[in-house]
Amino acid sequence: MNAESSTVPLPAASANSPAGAPSAVPTAPVSTQPEVLSGSGAIIRTLELLGVTDVFGIPGGAVIPLYDELMTQDKIRHILVRHEQGAGHAAQGYASSSNRVGVAIATSGPGATNLVTAIADAYMDSVPLLCITGQVFSTLMGTDAFQEADIIGITMPITKHSFLCKRAEDIPAAIAAAHHIASTGRPGPVLVDITKDAQQGLAPFIWPPKLDLPGYRPVTKAHGKQVQAAAQLLRSAKKPVLYVGGGVIRAQASAELLALAEATGAPVVTTLMARGAFPDSHPQHLGMPGMHGTVPAVLALQESDLIVSLGARFDDRVTGKISEFAPHAAVVHVDVDPAEISKIRNADVPIVGDAKEVIADLTIAFADALRTGTGTESVDTADWWTYLNGLQEEFPLGFSEPADGLLAPQYVIKRIGELTGPEAVYAAGVGQHQMWAAQYIKYERPNAWLNSGGAGTMGYSVPAAMGAKVAQPDRVVWAIDGDGCFQMTNQELATCTINKIPIKVAIINNSSLGMVRQWQSLFYDGRHSFTDLNTGHGTAMVPDFVKLAEAYGALGIRVTSADQVDDAIKLALATNDRPVVIDFIVSRDAMVWPMVPQGVSNSYVQYAKDHAPTWGEE
Amino acid sequence: MTTHVLSLLVEDKPGLLTRVAGLFARRGFNIESLAVGHSEIPGLSRITIQVDVEDVPLEQVTKQLNKLINVIKVVELDFSQSVQREHLLVKVRTDNATRSQVLEAVNLFRARVVDVATDAVVIEVTGDSGKTQALLRVLEPYGVKELAQSGLLAIGRGSKSITERVFKVSTSSTTDR
Repeated sequence: MNAESSTVPLPAASANSPAGAPSAVPTAPVSTQPEVLSGSGAIIRTLELLGVTDVFGIPGGAVIPLYDELMTQDKIRHILVRHEQGAGHAAQGYASSSNRVGVAIATSGPGATNLVTAIADAYMDSVPLLCITGQVFSTLMGTDAFQEADIIGITMPITKHSFLCKRAEDIPAAIAAAHHIASTGRPGPVLVDITKDAQQGLAPFIWPPKLDLPGYRPVTKAHGKQVQAAAQLLRSAKKPVLYVGGGVIRAQASAELLALAEATGAPVVTTLMARGAFPDSHPQHLGMPGMHGTVPAVLALQESDLIVSLGARFDDRVTGKISEFAPHAAVVHVDVDPAEISKIRNADVPIVGDAKEVIADLTIAFADALRTGTGTESVDTADWWTYLNGLQEEFPLGFSEPADGLLAPQYVIKRIGELTGPEAVYAAGVGQHQMWAAQYIKYERPNAWLNSGGAGTMGYSVPAAMGAKVAQPDRVVWAIDGDGCFQMTNQELATCTINKIPIKVAIINNSSLGMVRQWQSLFYDGRHSFTDLNTGHGTAMVPDFVKLAEAYGALGIRVTSADQVDDAIKLALATNDRPVVIDFIVSRDAMVWPMVPQGVSNSYVQYAKDHAPTWGEE
Repeated sequence: MTTHVLSLLVEDKPGLLTRVAGLFARRGFNIESLAVGHSEIPGLSRITIQVDVEDVPLEQVTKQLNKLINVIKVVELDFSQSVQREHLLVKVRTDNATRSQVLEAVNLFRARVVDVATDAVVIEVTGDSGKTQALLRVLEPYGVKELAQSGLLAIGRGSKSITERVFKVSTSSTTDR
């Protein structure tokens, strides 16, 4: 097969080469005779030449050769986690906060299967993740050998691609290809499974390896005609909305988005994955759409006549009942993944391309359309804005004080954001606290907000925050966690303490699996089946999170009333010699509002319990 | 539901078939038939898949197939624009009374007898599914003891080849979809 032997450019071997950035072929030590390395040595050398500086992992039988090599070098910092899931989420947090590829290492069998949740999470949220797993000897594969698992088979539906290496000489090309695939096009997790004999074998190390990927050609530059068609629609729309998804963050297209938004004057909504892609302080920003979105953002999409979707995928949590979603809107759908276009909602103008390039092209095409078009020099969205401004005034984000007199969780999260500021990184778990953190922290920059959006993985927060702190050591990194989530992965506090990764954890402790409890309260007649965790007010408080924090060598603080909130946050911000855990004992009755109940049209968004906005239903 | 025939040009890599089959299984689509073999280019294989599915979900599967790193090209082959063939081996019960009738059917269908025993014959037939199914209906009354059927094979009519199209596109530009 020679017709399509495209050599793929490898990412630059610089320490801060961002994923997806134009890359050059790295220079390798030139010698006439290639150096002979063990497979393990080749793994390390390859990672090094790809610009990898930090990896997260745990050794085990099938990766002992690799760990032996790791010990003898100092180019790559290895952070010894306490559970492979922690390694996976840490690598995700590392990637999501810095746009670099996150790397996780695990041994065969259970080590590899412990990575599965993080891999699934990275797949759903398009995180560039490189997983390296050990595999039993190639001669033992398929024999139910000790600690054998077919991890390639197990992860096939949740990886962008995977490689099995059974020979040392195959390792550099496999890892380089995996790194390339993980970080280009629509990013995602790629797994490289390496047998123990491949790690032990010797082979000449040849760099750069030839990457033969004839079936992998991500489209970046969009079709000009389609961009012009989109510009024409934008020019004539009366009720346009820019529907911004996580793709804008992955494509590092925030500056281009700002230019497009200001050129068109269109309102902007940012999905859960896109918080920070557009500044919250910008007057055109209506906030987050979806099940727990702001009323203006939900209704802007619902009543628009043109949705320009930029790196978003019409998730069911955004659209509500899809058959009734935005019934009058034409759709321009921009995505780097052709399979996303018209998957859920038919696109009138499909545009396949990298968000950064497409948005820039669209801004130019829009200006051209304004110039050459007959009629007005600008788009006529005055009535639309009058309506939206009315909604913003009438339905601002807000919460009421809990009737039980306990702390309002929204207040705690709001103060964390206000006292820490937009330069920090905030990593949330999954549930009520995640929604409040998406709503009440004001994001001004991309990569400041990390969460498990698509998969909804409880336990994401602490390890992701740890990974983010490793990638961005100069930033304050908060894990905004729940008492349920925290109990799933808090063992990584040990990793943080030992490796001097001073993250700050805010446990929004409502003593329950709060989001499930909220649904039970609203839709199951208050039958709170198995959602009580006994960690908070008026319970046995097992475990005691402050004592747990202290046991891990972290600073533990307990906060039970509003007047203690600021002092605790300030103390946390001032403590940088160890991790900090603040146990905020909050009311369990607080609920996430607004809310579009599942399975109904977004038109039925409720601002608060039993309180739906009234608006002109035409 | 309508039957669609997809022709895939793929890299000959371990696990490729699992990746392809997995995409169908994940969406609950049943693969009607599957044929895999070498293509005219070393290192590349051709997979022909016959699947019963509506147009919209099929488009999604096609896009997902295209995303697989080892899949180079996916083409849907329209019945009228392609030659489609199945290959059947069928063991039919025969005795002295029925053998000549069975052989007559074999001749009428331009099939071949490839093995003869005292109480059975093995018949080989190639054709589109209309022909093969018709022959099976004719043979049914005599007693079909065993049936082995290949996946559907299909190739576009005319002089153009899918491979040519693939490599023309990929060498000229990567900007167009």
